[in-house]
Amino acid sequence: MTESVRMTIDGQEHDVPAGELIIQAAQDKGTYIPRFCWHERMNPVGMCRMCLVEVESPRGPMLVTACTDTVADGMSVDTKGPTVKKAQEAILEFLLANHPLDCPVCDKGGECPLQDQAMSHGPGDSRFVEIKRNYEKPIPISDLVLLDRERCILCARCTRFSDEISGDPLIEFQERGNVTEINTFPDLPFSSYFSGNTVQICPVGALTAKPYRFRARPWDLSRVESSGMFDTSHPRISIHSSQNQILRIVGVDNDATNHGWLSDKDRFGFEYLGSEDRLTTPLVKRGGELVAVGWAEALDIVANRIDLIWEEDGGSAFGVIGGARGTNEDAYALSKFARVTLGTNNVDCRMDDALSSHFLAGSVDRALISDLDTADTILIWAADLKEEHPNLYLRARRAAQELGVKLIIVHPRATGLDDRATHKLHYRPGGGFALLDEIAEGVHPEIASALAAQKVVVIVGQTSFADDPKLAESVAALVRSKAGTVRIMPLARRANTFGALDMGLGPDLLPGRVSVGAIGCASLAESWGEFPTSPGKDTRSILEGLDDGEIRCLLLVGADPVNDLPIGAIARDALEAAEYVVSIDLFLNDSNADADVILPALGFAEKEGLVTNVEGRVQKVNAISPGPGQARADWSILADIADRVGRPLGLALAETIAKEIAEVAPAYEGVTWDLLEWDERDGVVVPIQGSQQINHIPVSLAGPRAPRAGLTLHVARTLYDDGVLMRHSPSLHRLAPGPLVHLNPEDARRLGAQGGRPMRVVTKHGEGDFAAVIDEDTPEGVVFVPFNQPGGVSLGTDPVVRVTAVSG
Amino acid sequence: MSAALIVTRRMIDHPADSHRIDVYEDTGGYVQARRAVGMTRDELVDTVKASGLLGRGGAAFSAGLKWSFLAPARPAYLVINADESEPGTFKDRQLLERDPHQMVEGIIITAIANEVHHAFIYIRGEYPKSARRVQAAVDEAYACGYLGSGIFGSDHDLEVTIHLGGGAYICGEETALINSLEGKRGEPRLKPPYFPAAKGLYMLPTIVNNVETVSNLPHILDMGAEEYGKVAHETDTGTFLFSVSGHVNGPGNYELAHGITWRELIYEVAGGIRDDRKLKAWIPGGASAPWFVPAQHLDLEITKEATEGAGSMLGSGAVIVMDETTCTVRAAERLVRFFAHESCGQCTPCREGTTWMEMILRRIEEGQGREVDLDLLLDVSDGISIGLAWPPKMTTICPLGPSAVSPVIALRDYFRDEVMEHVRLGRCPLGTAARGASNSETDIDRPEVLAVETRRERGSGGRPPGEGSPA
Repeated sequence: MTESVRMTIDGQEHDVPAGELIIQAAQDKGTYIPRFCWHERMNPVGMCRMCLVEVESPRGPMLVTACTDTVADGMSVDTKGPTVKKAQEAILEFLLANHPLDCPVCDKGGECPLQDQAMSHGPGDSRFVEIKRNYEKPIPISDLVLLDRERCILCARCTRFSDEISGDPLIEFQERGNVTEINTFPDLPFSSYFSGNTVQICPVGALTAKPYRFRARPWDLSRVESSGMFDTSHPRISIHSSQNQILRIVGVDNDATNHGWLSDKDRFGFEYLGSEDRLTTPLVKRGGELVAVGWAEALDIVANRIDLIWEEDGGSAFGVIGGARGTNEDAYALSKFARVTLGTNNVDCRMDDALSSHFLAGSVDRALISDLDTADTILIWAADLKEEHPNLYLRARRAAQELGVKLIIVHPRATGLDDRATHKLHYRPGGGFALLDEIAEGVHPEIASALAAQKVVVIVGQTSFADDPKLAESVAALVRSKAGTVRIMPLARRANTFGALDMGLGPDLLPGRVSVGAIGCASLAESWGEFPTSPGKDTRSILEGLDDGEIRCLLLVGADPVNDLPIGAIARDALEAAEYVVSIDLFLNDSNADADVILPALGFAEKEGLVTNVEGRVQKVNAISPGPGQARADWSILADIADRVGRPLGLALAETIAKEIAEVAPAYEGVTWDLLEWDERDGVVVPIQGSQQINHIPVSLAGPRAPRAGLTLHVARTLYDDGVLMRHSPSLHRLAPGPLVHLNPEDARRLGAQGGRPMRVVTKHGEGDFAAVIDEDTPEGVVFVPFNQPGGVSLGTDPVVRVTAVSG
Repeated sequence: MSAALIVTRRMIDHPADSHRIDVYEDTGGYVQARRAVGMTRDELVDTVKASGLLGRGGAAFSAGLKWSFLAPARPAYLVINADESEPGTFKDRQLLERDPHQMVEGIIITAIANEVHHAFIYIRGEYPKSARRVQAAVDEAYACGYLGSGIFGSDHDLEVTIHLGGGAYICGEETALINSLEGKRGEPRLKPPYFPAAKGLYMLPTIVNNVETVSNLPHILDMGAEEYGKVAHETDTGTFLFSVSGHVNGPGNYELAHGITWRELIYEVAGGIRDDRKLKAWIPGGASAPWFVPAQHLDLEITKEATEGAGSMLGSGAVIVMDETTCTVRAAERLVRFFAHESCGQCTPCREGTTWMEMILRRIEEGQGREVDLDLLLDVSDGISIGLAWPPKMTTICPLGPSAVSPVIALRDYFRDEVMEHVRLGRCPLGTAARGASNSETDIDRPEVLAVETRRERGSGGRPPGEGSPA
């Protein structure tokens, strides 16, 4: 309970929380004080002076900025009197004096705080007859953001965001007085993964986004709330479209996930949905060519083939890979399809780069994102959050920077959060277990003491492909043995991995966090009917099964294993060997181009449903576009095939699927669309009333020691890469770093590497030429290669690497 | 009313080498710092409080009281504001160049009194000679063991760092100065919460004192609070340096006690108006201060109270005198232009308002003025300093914006007819010849004004013997 104080606002008495800013307290009590620079998620600066109010003081009434002064007991605030009105009108007239008033061609027009407050609090006319300030219109300050300095009112929201929130202060005030401007530093563009937020919080049209500029008037846009589906944090968003075309995405402020911020991937990564390359009709391979056919024909072909193989070899001849990109309803349908229609547990939504399914789906003491705010210590022994989980990166940065939380980072090289780390340890790829032993034995006392805190959040995952998946569990187990309260956040890639696993898209999982086994299967059989009770194959084993002919038919659902698997060659070989491949997807990709049947699916924002994030938070995603051509939702495609095969799923509507999930999946009991659309807009963390059968407790496991090698390879993902969705989002795809090899200056000198010059990189699994980047962030002995880059090759998982200069 | 010389005594007596440590020590230097090492914080703070010493940077706040407000957190810092840049002010430059050890001794005393172990001297960037002299003095003091670890053989450590400003007037404002010292843009901080005594340099308790203020400290310890308090006027103790410039016969720095009248200062101390012209107006305390005019203010006593009572301030002690040939519109435009140019750009009313004011004034002076312009000018000013009162009711973060309003208030109160004459004639009624003569900038920067003179010892004028050409 926060203490409250009694104050007077415009003659009205109110009880307000002690320590609150006047502007916030007044707003909560229904009095809007105009503002430009103040933003409730950033530190106040009191610069624009728009929120001046009069406060009684022993020396008479004083003008103060409501965004910087806090409430006090007995305080009396006047927000509307003649002095305040004079001040407000003066500030607005000053701001408009040099404003170009090009509102008719300004993106912000219609949703512009300057327009709105000029109307509500301005003097109504301008007496400025002098020549206005003139600047070149507009200048690009990054690949995605344009700056129109004439419109800028110098509120410092963008500069504070980049400094306080995203930690890449690449824009700053320059000059002074009347020629003050926001700009970038010479030769240093505003290349931030979060630059789009500055466009969203700009209170005028000074910062505009290239992808949206001049595309629409805000009052023409249709809007729907949803969640960002580029990583497992699921930031809350609002999707805006016009004429069925998505034009932009903006962040929605909520405490639970994202505070309104978005990565540029979540904000601008919708372009693929409108791509010309989307699949619009079913395709069937005839004579080596893919031919467009009608749905009925395509579904018959698939059903007949399934029937045939099932008759001959039964369920063990099928494998299902994917399903982590759709909704929970899609995943549930796929899970049921695999078990009921195909009769197999050979199903996996992970791509051979993930932690164990039980650790991901059923960890005890799973952390909430908001636990980062209240932790004493955060240990991150996982991927570079800035690259792979940008939304969590912002939250962890805030915890360390603004809330004083201790941050420990363990990673093979510098990460985006290193500048805020209390302690950091770098280790050779593959050397994780040795380092963990050192920590357990007290070799790093400062880490041990930081971990022996009251509340520790441990974020674990694979730092790179060289890390054994068991390492993350051992890390979690060690911290559990040291700290008071531990919250565990196991990370996974692909946006709805947690939802998919919760729906049973793992070889050893059933819907609702239940293990495959006698008890779970028996209980589910009551509604599903009989299906195998022993665990199936994971993605790696399915692919190996295809290669040796044990598995004959593969169903790929939104999956591109050739590009996405750490060792792409395994997938390529398996697909070549496969007898029959069916793909449900949005695009042709490197894995399905040679499939037998390809069925066009609806994507994000084209269908409704539930999704589950890294916390286990279930939220609703919504549709705003009908999707291209004849594309359909995954679940309805699967239901139709199942009907034709004769082992139907009984699924007719997405919303009724959600009801079925709530009935048969124990952890999802009580989770309905109604609940999430009305009462719980920020989502609910499951289980809310049901139970969770799996309570996975991590244990310390031994793992492989680091190989002895002069150089060790660190392959890790970057935010922008050559993934299939990025490939069809041109604004972001061209920001992918490309085929690069990062070398420590010392190693570079020894290898004769020069920045930008090609180096040959050779591993057990692949080899190719990569342009050298001389990089202090990469420790000596470590070679960093960003994964899945346009023009790059797959180097696999083995950390032993040879790097040589390419002559000539 | 005696007119004993306190802070300029040494440079008058030893015009050629008052900046050297041997001369300083031969004339009683560092005796008080040595004594201070053995004194407690309370003794020192009480002594300074009792002396009545007022800050000499412009606000004239009790120095002892300021010290006593220092928050208990440590480390604490001392920052010497030597960013003297108020137009018309050139007193600190004298103290920096010609008696730097006096300031260093004052720093040592302040540091001991406030448990400070690191002091910073922020010197105006356009004062390279001051910086060289201060650096030399600091080096000498280090060499003698008066600075560094264990000063004067005690267990008190004191490091002194000299920093040169980058050419921004606003960095004379103490919180902008602190930002600048931290390597940030020189922008004033919000007060509250960033009062330097609580959250100053690096968010730690910080005392910011003016050069002249600390230069008085050795003398206060030497004379004793009571004796020092007896010097001069009963409420404004000690002596004050006045920088008199403009259309007087004897521009220069004068060390004076408060209590004489403006008539005495202008006509006796500063030798009267050149060519026996008529006095038109003067600025009593630096460019920020509202103007005075002979009809109302000439026989006013020069004290903090009387000046503030008349709606202005003594500020940094800069007196800018304008004779009858001065075009007040042009003078106002020049002053407003200065403030507009020096606005940090952080807050809206100052950034936009001062430039707008400058534009209107320039139009009037250039003959493009409209009947409505004076009222518009006043209303724009009203948006920066609501009610156009003194002290101002600011809409800004710091007083820079409201400072630009002072000359406009003078136009309204004393020179409305002259402004309207500009509008009616479509030109400046004083003509071009008068314009040239009214330009006071050159006077301020003339090297001759560096002469140190006092009321009693006037006549030695001009550049002191042995002094090299100023930087």
